[in-house]
Amino acid sequence: MIRKITLSAVVALGLASPAFAAGEAPKVTDYDFSFEGPFGTYDQMQLQRGLQVYTEICAACHGLQYVPLRTLGDEGGPHLPEDQVRAYAEFYEVFDPEIDDFRAAKPTDHFPGSALENAPDLSLMAKARAGFSGPYGLGTNQLFKGMGGAEYIASLLAGYADPPECAAESEIEGSYNKVFTAGGFPDECKYEDGNHKVEGSWIAMGQPLWGDDVEYEDGTEATLEQAAQDVSAFLMWTAEPKLNARKEAGFIAVVFLIVLSVLLYLTNKKIWAPIKRKDTYPAE
Amino acid sequence: MAGIPHDHYEPVTGGEKWLHRRLPVLGLLYDTLMIPTPKNLNWMWIWGIVLTFCLALQIVTGIVLAMHYTPHVDLAFASVEHIMRNVNGGHMIRYLHQNGASLFFIAVYAHIFRGLYYGSYKEPREVTWIIGILIFVLMMGTAFMGYVLPWGQMSFWGATVITGLFGAIPFVGEAIQTWLLGGPAVDNATLNRFFSLHYLLPFVIAGLVIVHIWAFHTTGNNNPTGVEVRRASKEEAEKDTVPFWPYYVIKDLFALAVILAVFFAIVGFMPNYLGHPDNYIEANPLSTPAHIVPEWYFLPFYAILRAFTSDVWIVIAANWITGGIIDAKFFGVVAMFGAIAVMALAPWLDTSSVRSGKYRPQFKWWFWLLVIDFFVLMWLGAMPAEEPFATFSLIASAYWFAYFLVILPLLGVMEKPLPVPDTIEDDFDAHYPPKGEASGSAAPTPAE
Repeated sequence: MIRKITLSAVVALGLASPAFAAGEAPKVTDYDFSFEGPFGTYDQMQLQRGLQVYTEICAACHGLQYVPLRTLGDEGGPHLPEDQVRAYAEFYEVFDPEIDDFRAAKPTDHFPGSALENAPDLSLMAKARAGFSGPYGLGTNQLFKGMGGAEYIASLLAGYADPPECAAESEIEGSYNKVFTAGGFPDECKYEDGNHKVEGSWIAMGQPLWGDDVEYEDGTEATLEQAAQDVSAFLMWTAEPKLNARKEAGFIAVVFLIVLSVLLYLTNKKIWAPIKRKDTYPAE
Repeated sequence: MAGIPHDHYEPVTGGEKWLHRRLPVLGLLYDTLMIPTPKNLNWMWIWGIVLTFCLALQIVTGIVLAMHYTPHVDLAFASVEHIMRNVNGGHMIRYLHQNGASLFFIAVYAHIFRGLYYGSYKEPREVTWIIGILIFVLMMGTAFMGYVLPWGQMSFWGATVITGLFGAIPFVGEAIQTWLLGGPAVDNATLNRFFSLHYLLPFVIAGLVIVHIWAFHTTGNNNPTGVEVRRASKEEAEKDTVPFWPYYVIKDLFALAVILAVFFAIVGFMPNYLGHPDNYIEANPLSTPAHIVPEWYFLPFYAILRAFTSDVWIVIAANWITGGIIDAKFFGVVAMFGAIAVMALAPWLDTSSVRSGKYRPQFKWWFWLLVIDFFVLMWLGAMPAEEPFATFSLIASAYWFAYFLVILPLLGVMEKPLPVPDTIEDDFDAHYPPKGEASGSAAPTPAE
């Protein structure tokens, strides 16, 4: 560990050629999302764009098994009109044990699970990949910067790059990704001490977004970064659909409790004043 | 009820008299609420109310959650997501319950260290103290089993690691582990019994809380001076005390409101701050997470568990003396439970004639070192099991035991305590001097 710290310090000072300890925390870009901070809420238009990216690209392999389709119409979410939710649901086929057959999905059904066995379900991915650690690893950044899961997903989607030269001779499968650290890594790209010459690792998922993969209805240009952030925001919503309601409840509770605290403080001061033999306490 | 002399409930109306002859429940309520309480209690005496609130919060939210939760390995994870998405207000109830556990432990640790500093465990409050430690142990068991219920990765692997500890007991370990789990590994039987016990234990805790309160209502509260309330007569006792209602009820509620404002800010704005992201992945017996870390409130004891590795001389010695029966794993388990057991023994290990740490100049240093030690252990519990953390853990664990087993007994003999005030009234008057010197014996006059 000490060596790791020393190594990174040396790297930071630019005194050595780059070395990346295996399993090091990924280099996640701190995108600014609308739902960060105590008052941040989801951007409805962004969620709709994200839904489009998910539907046209991600859904080919991944699923959202915990997300009921009807919630697409919920306030604080993509907030699609009812007829659109119905039309969208019919896009999917689900197995209905009652008729023992497949049928078009209804809003009361959930999104289907993953189509590919090794493609993880994305319902909760934005929370499962949370990982912002604030000062001294205390994680207090969460209050202002969000959990970091959406940032991780967006960074990963934008983190594909050409494989480094050292891997030219390697037979490793998958695609090179600068942000993904949990994947395979070719021996050719390791130093003798086991540290990596390049950041990231090799991921089984091929690069899904290249830029201009979808045509947004609202006219937003579907650059790679834009689409990556939109779908990440959407996946944050699938993971935490009640975020807006939760923050509102939290805010009301905090305001109420502050008022209650002030009242109780004054009450406490007043009832103790004769015991503490104080003449001055708030007038009646 | 024995204790400090004070006015008792007198039924006035006909209805009250009727009920009092048959069931003196109003008298019990009155005596409990009007209990004479030392008037010099400071802000560290508010944690009892916070803890009572936490228990109520956890039971109420827990009962609602149990209405929507399914204790089955195939359905548990999805049923929690059902609560988070479909149950009205379910996401708030679940986050309150999840973070309520953390508030519970923050309060209980503050409460315990308050007791350790002011000598609240010392004669005649040993029974209150031991029941408190029992409650703490039950809280840990309840929290641990509750954490398994969402059936995420950390739930599963945490349960696997912790129940594995029982497997370290010589001869009978494996049988005990199988009995606890209901099978050879953590599975559906485990989830079912953990759910059942997680529902049961809070009520056992509630029962013990009543006994805990009964015990210290018998002895009277400790207070920052550690001097007992004078109880020769009611008049004398009244100089040292105020009734619990309204003086401490309002004070405690004020403190609770402030604490809850912070609590609700965390629940509302960063509810997963204290959780582990891996628990949003459904349990998978085939995939072990890179780091299995317990919840923050277990970390100090988890660090003690891991500190005693097979290369530590005391472990080697224990292993040699017992002919290999006590190995490093079992030693760690004994150390972890021993770390709690030594706390329970504090009333007999502390030999000082002075109760409150306020008047013990050397004790203070050792006490604050123990508090730092606790936080260091908490930090070490979250670190990987490698150098230099292993050595730090060993030193920090050694201090934990040394404080109770060596320092407390010796300090009572060696230390020269400062003079203690004669009465609580003297201490209180030193802070809030009587006006003028108008007839010193007068009881506090009511507000005009």
